[in-house]
Amino acid sequence: MNNNLQNAKLEPVWHTNKFIFALIFFLVTLFFFFPFINPSNFQLHLMIMIFMYAVMAQSWNVIAGFSGQISLGHVIFFGIGGYTSSFFYVEYGITPWIGIFVGILFSSLVAIAIGIPMLRLSGHYFAIATLLIGFSFQIIFQRWDLIGAASGLWIPLNWDSPWLTLQFHESKIPYYYIFLIFFLLSYFSIWILYRSKIGFKLRAIRDDPQAAASLGIPVAKYKIIAFVISAIVMSPMGSLFAQYILVIEPERMFDIEISIIVLLIAVMGGVGNVWGPLIGTIILIPLSEYTRIFFGGTGGSVDLIIYGILIMLICIFRPSGLISFFPKKILERKKF
Amino acid sequence: MTNILEVENLSKSFGGIKANNNISFKASSGEIIGIIGPNGAGKSTLFDLITGYTKPDTGGVKFNGKSILNLRPDLISSLGIGRTFQKLKPFLDQTLLENVMIGALATGINLNQARDKALEMIDFVDLIDKRHHFAKELSTGQRKRLELARAMATEPKLLMMDEVTGGVDQKTVPGLVELIKKLNKLGVTILTIEHNMRVIMDISHKILALDQGKKIVFDKPKNVQLNEKVIDAYLGGVNATTS
Repeated sequence: MNNNLQNAKLEPVWHTNKFIFALIFFLVTLFFFFPFINPSNFQLHLMIMIFMYAVMAQSWNVIAGFSGQISLGHVIFFGIGGYTSSFFYVEYGITPWIGIFVGILFSSLVAIAIGIPMLRLSGHYFAIATLLIGFSFQIIFQRWDLIGAASGLWIPLNWDSPWLTLQFHESKIPYYYIFLIFFLLSYFSIWILYRSKIGFKLRAIRDDPQAAASLGIPVAKYKIIAFVISAIVMSPMGSLFAQYILVIEPERMFDIEISIIVLLIAVMGGVGNVWGPLIGTIILIPLSEYTRIFFGGTGGSVDLIIYGILIMLICIFRPSGLISFFPKKILERKKF
Repeated sequence: MTNILEVENLSKSFGGIKANNNISFKASSGEIIGIIGPNGAGKSTLFDLITGYTKPDTGGVKFNGKSILNLRPDLISSLGIGRTFQKLKPFLDQTLLENVMIGALATGINLNQARDKALEMIDFVDLIDKRHHFAKELSTGQRKRLELARAMATEPKLLMMDEVTGGVDQKTVPGLVELIKKLNKLGVTILTIEHNMRVIMDISHKILALDQGKKIVFDKPKNVQLNEKVIDAYLGGVNATTS
C-alpha cells in the first residue's frame, strides 16, 4: 500500500470543526440560561417561534435539501400532529405527550400513503401535487364534524396538572424549555442522519437519481424514507403549537402560508445542510414577529413582502443561502 | 468459460424508430466486449435495456444464467452489474471520496469500511490526491475516472462503460485504456461502447458492431475490422487499421 493511501485511511470519515462545536455548545448553554435573565413574555414567545420554525424548516430541508423533492404542502404534517394530540386530549383525556407520538404515527402513515404514488413524480409535478394535497387536507378538515369541522377544537383549560396536560397558563418558560428540547433533539437527529449511510444515499438521489440507482440505491424507497423522516420531525411541532395556543382550526393548522414560510426560511438559510434552516429562522422569524408589533394584527403581511424582497436578493447574490457567508474554510469538505 | 451475460433477441422501438432490433450476443466471464456503431446505432439503448433503465419490447437478458428482464436498475446493480454513463453523472456537490463511498455503501458495509474501500478505488484510478475535491472541480478525464472508481466500488462482476475515452484529450486516453485493462485483469467482465477504433481494437476480445439498431457482426476484432458490412456502415469504406 502506498503512503498516500495509507495516510488517507487514517483520516476520519467526518472531520469535526472545533470552532463550530464550541459555538454550538455556547449557544445551547445560552439558550438554557436565557429564561434566567428575566426575558419579557414577547421575548420568550419569539424564542419559542424561532425553535418551532427552525424545526419545521429542518423538516422541509430533509425532503427538499437532502433528497431533492420540493414540497409545497408540508403543513399537512403540522396540522395532523396538532389535530391528533388535541383530538385525543379533548375526546378521551389522553395526555398530549402520548398524543404527540400518535400524531407522529399518523403523520408517518400519511407520508407513506401519499408518498408512494406521489414520489413517482419529480420536479415541478411533485411540488404542484403537494400544494394540492395541502389544500385538500384543509378542505377535508373544514368539513370533518368529528374534529370540529371549520370551528376546530377548543382544548379545555386545566390548571391542576400542567406538565401532564402540557398547559402552562402562568408562564411561557415551560413552553420555552419544551420547544428548546424538541429543537435540540430534532437538530441532533438530523445531524446524525446527514452523516449516516441514509444521508449519503439521499444526497446521491438528490444530485442524480439515475446515477444513484446505478449504484444499487432503491430511489423510490429512499425518497419515501426521507418523506417519513420529514413528517416525523414536523408533526410534534403541530402538537406543541396546539398546546401553546389551545385553540386550533383548519385555517390555522393547514394554512398553506406555513408551508411557504418554512420553504422561504430554508431557502434563505441554505438547503442541503443541517445549519441553513436555523440561520434562515434566526433572520426571518424575528423579522416577522417585529413587523407584527409595528404594523399590528398579522403585520399587514408586510413580513411576507420583506420575505419576498430578501428571497429575491438571496437568489441573485447568494443562491446557496445565507450559510454561504460562513468562511469557506469552515464549509469546505463538509467539516461540520 | 461460462456465459456471464446472455442477450437474446432484444428489441426496442421508440415510436416508429427501431432503436434495437433483435439483438443477440453472449459475453463470457472475464472478456472485454467492445460495442461499436455510428451515432444512433442503438448502443446506449442496448446498455439501458440491459441495466433496466428502459424496458424492452421483446427479448430477454440473462445475467449468470438468471433473467434480469424487468428488474429495476438498483436491483440489477446489486446483482453485480455496474455501469457508467455517456453523459457523465457524478454527484457534483460532493467530494470525490463521497462519490465513491456511495458506490461502496451499496455492498452493505459500514461508513468506515466504505471509506477504506473508496480510497482503494480512488487510488486504483490514480486520483488519491484529489479525494477531497468536489466532483464539480474535476476535469472531464478525472470525472470519468471518478465514475469508474464509483462503479468499481459496487464490486461488479460485469462493468458496462459508455464511451470512457469520449470527450477527453488524447493524452488522457492511454491512461484510461490502461485502467480498463487493469480492471479486466482483476477478473471484471467489461462491456464498453467506444468510438475510438484504435482503443476498441486494442482492448476487446470480441466486438459487437451495430448499425441502425441491428447487429452487423459479433466476432473477434481482427475479423470485425475486415468485415465488409462494418467497413461500409461504420468505417466509411476504410479499414480500421489504416484510419
